[in-house]
Amino acid sequence: MDPPTTSTSTGPVADPTAGAARGTLIDRKGTAEDDDDVPIEGARITVVGRNGEDAGEAETDSAGRFRIPLAGEGTYTATLDEGSLPDGVSVADGGGRIEFSLGPGQSRTLLFELNAATRRTEGKGDLFLQALVDGTYFGLLLALASVGLSLIYGTTGLVNFAHGELVTMGAIFAYWFNQSLGWPLILSGVLAVAATGAVGWLLDAGFWGPLRRRGTGNTALMVISIGLALAVLNLYLYVFGGRTRPYADYRAQAAIDFGTVSLPPKRIIGALLCVFFLVAVATALQRTRTGKAMRAISDSPDLAASSGINVDRVIRFVWLFGAGLAALGGILFSLSQDVNFEQGSSMLLLLFAAITLGGLGAAYGALIGGFVIGLFVSVSAVWVPTELKNVGALVVLILVLLVRPQGILGTRERIG
Amino acid sequence: MDWALIFRSTGQAAIGPDACYYALAASGLNVHIGYTGLLNFGQAAFGAAGAYGLAVAVVTYGVSFWAALFVGLLGSVVLALVLGFPTLRLRSDYLAIVTLAAAEIIRLVVRSVRYTATLGGTDGLQAFGDAFFRLNPFDGASYTPLQFRPDQVWLLVCAWPLVALCCLLTFLLMRSPWGRVVKAIREDEDAVRSLGKNTYWYKMQSLMLGGAFGAVAGIVFAMSKQSVNPDDYGTRFTFTALAVMILGGTARVIGPVVGAVIFIGILQFLDVLLRQAIDAGLVPGWLPIDVNKVAIIRLIFVGIALVLLMIFRPQGILGDRREVAIRDR
Repeated sequence: MDPPTTSTSTGPVADPTAGAARGTLIDRKGTAEDDDDVPIEGARITVVGRNGEDAGEAETDSAGRFRIPLAGEGTYTATLDEGSLPDGVSVADGGGRIEFSLGPGQSRTLLFELNAATRRTEGKGDLFLQALVDGTYFGLLLALASVGLSLIYGTTGLVNFAHGELVTMGAIFAYWFNQSLGWPLILSGVLAVAATGAVGWLLDAGFWGPLRRRGTGNTALMVISIGLALAVLNLYLYVFGGRTRPYADYRAQAAIDFGTVSLPPKRIIGALLCVFFLVAVATALQRTRTGKAMRAISDSPDLAASSGINVDRVIRFVWLFGAGLAALGGILFSLSQDVNFEQGSSMLLLLFAAITLGGLGAAYGALIGGFVIGLFVSVSAVWVPTELKNVGALVVLILVLLVRPQGILGTRERIG
Repeated sequence: MDWALIFRSTGQAAIGPDACYYALAASGLNVHIGYTGLLNFGQAAFGAAGAYGLAVAVVTYGVSFWAALFVGLLGSVVLALVLGFPTLRLRSDYLAIVTLAAAEIIRLVVRSVRYTATLGGTDGLQAFGDAFFRLNPFDGASYTPLQFRPDQVWLLVCAWPLVALCCLLTFLLMRSPWGRVVKAIREDEDAVRSLGKNTYWYKMQSLMLGGAFGAVAGIVFAMSKQSVNPDDYGTRFTFTALAVMILGGTARVIGPVVGAVIFIGILQFLDVLLRQAIDAGLVPGWLPIDVNKVAIIRLIFVGIALVLLMIFRPQGILGDRREVAIRDR
């Protein structure tokens, strides 16, 4: 966290032994793109010394720059006054306070993270409530995205490392329809889900199906899926680029305030969509012929085949629906976090954690596991640094495998 | 098109530091996957243990370079114990997921802000190899037709014998009674257990040995870059080593070395060829290829190579189809 200080080196240094804290405040609009950035004027930054004594304060100028001369070396804490920020700009979790130390005559550039992530609440209790709500959303979409992974494992034995790429594929398709072709996001989303489902179908018809019939072992298939994931991930990077980009519609929705918790309407509708589809999946698995066949194949492919189920046809449906649901999860994720080429692959281990917790191959396990993991990741971010929140879920993954490898809903004998 | 440059650059990569540390990392994976049947997808964590063991000991704690080398090796053995103790009982696909997750945990923790003072955070650590490069007897512009820098020549002169040593160690161990037990575990663990062998402990020893090779790979990697950075030890490191191992031939002592020389050579050849073709205007304008994206094309190639190898030649160049461990057990 010590970037070159050349960018803001304005103003002469009066006393060569005195240092300074400086930086630029820019509203990133919740995106990584630079063209929509707006500098923030009139924000107040105060600096206190080690014992809390005032060391200086400054307001940002019209270009968003500030510079606070400091007396000399020591440890300081800079605080961004959130009250002085314009409406609609807020500081990310813990980003409003920066502790830094200064050598003699040294200047430091301070980075305050300003984005659209709304966290106006302060106390742990309020944070916890907000995290609970965020986690519910994240958990629902993880559940949605992991259904396919679990069913594919259950019916074919393939541990598909390329499943995250299906999640990204949905988000990128929707971005392409929405931003490049200019179609409304809802239509784009529906088409993107259909298109990704079709890709899932074709993947099984043209790639995984033939490999399976050729008798390629499950471990070999797993390595193949790793290669596929690596190739496709970098193909996304090639075509889509490394930037995080938002959809054209519903970008900055005013959040509805529910007391301590606030939510934009798109998240509420997204969550309802998740619930609807999760119920639909559960019902379909329970009631429809194809759903029952899927569960039968999960239990025992040979027995299912000998009782007259067309196993290959059912597996193709698993790929169709699994890929479609993964795409939907990806789109709903991007609705609040924007589109990124590696959003799916960085979610992959969480998806594994989800289906392992729920019980590998158990039809309903993914629904429960995904929800619990999503909730856990978000809520744990109240106590652990944001950058480490996924670590908790991965630790859970390892612990589950050690203590109860069959997961919550799995049956013991399936583990072998 | 400067063909001399293309071939010089390919040759440089094929026997350079990249090929060297991937040969080491893949040799370690070969002990795990090829000989023992342990599907370790966390080789990057062992590389990180070696590299960070060295760098943290020197930079943060001021240990001498030579002692720090042992800290790096020790780090990988400790990691093998910590990682292996709970996970070695798991079935192969579970083990794959868990080792991958463990490697990610280590990478995320190492790069976190909280431990920046000790581990260097996302900036990593630098300037830990001075003691080594001070002993460099080579000077002058270039000793070889491949035009390595003097410090690279010195590193390679020290590192390739390490590769040979690892291969020799693997060769001798796999001919010993220990090697026969380990290979038998790969074929049928229950059968070995019924003969009264403690398969758990054998697997642990195998994890330590291959992990130590991985740590040496991490150290060579760190020395060649003269810095350590957490994101160098991500899944890409493991999966490239996996591709190298499969290309060379699993369960062959010399396989990973052959695989590394050929694979890294091909990667560099494609890289330079593509750049030269773009510079010379040989790439038609309708193809969306520009120089900045060549590195991405390299990775797409790694992925496709892994897929095609596994489908069409899972035994690699030297392997024996009957002895390919990546299959159902």
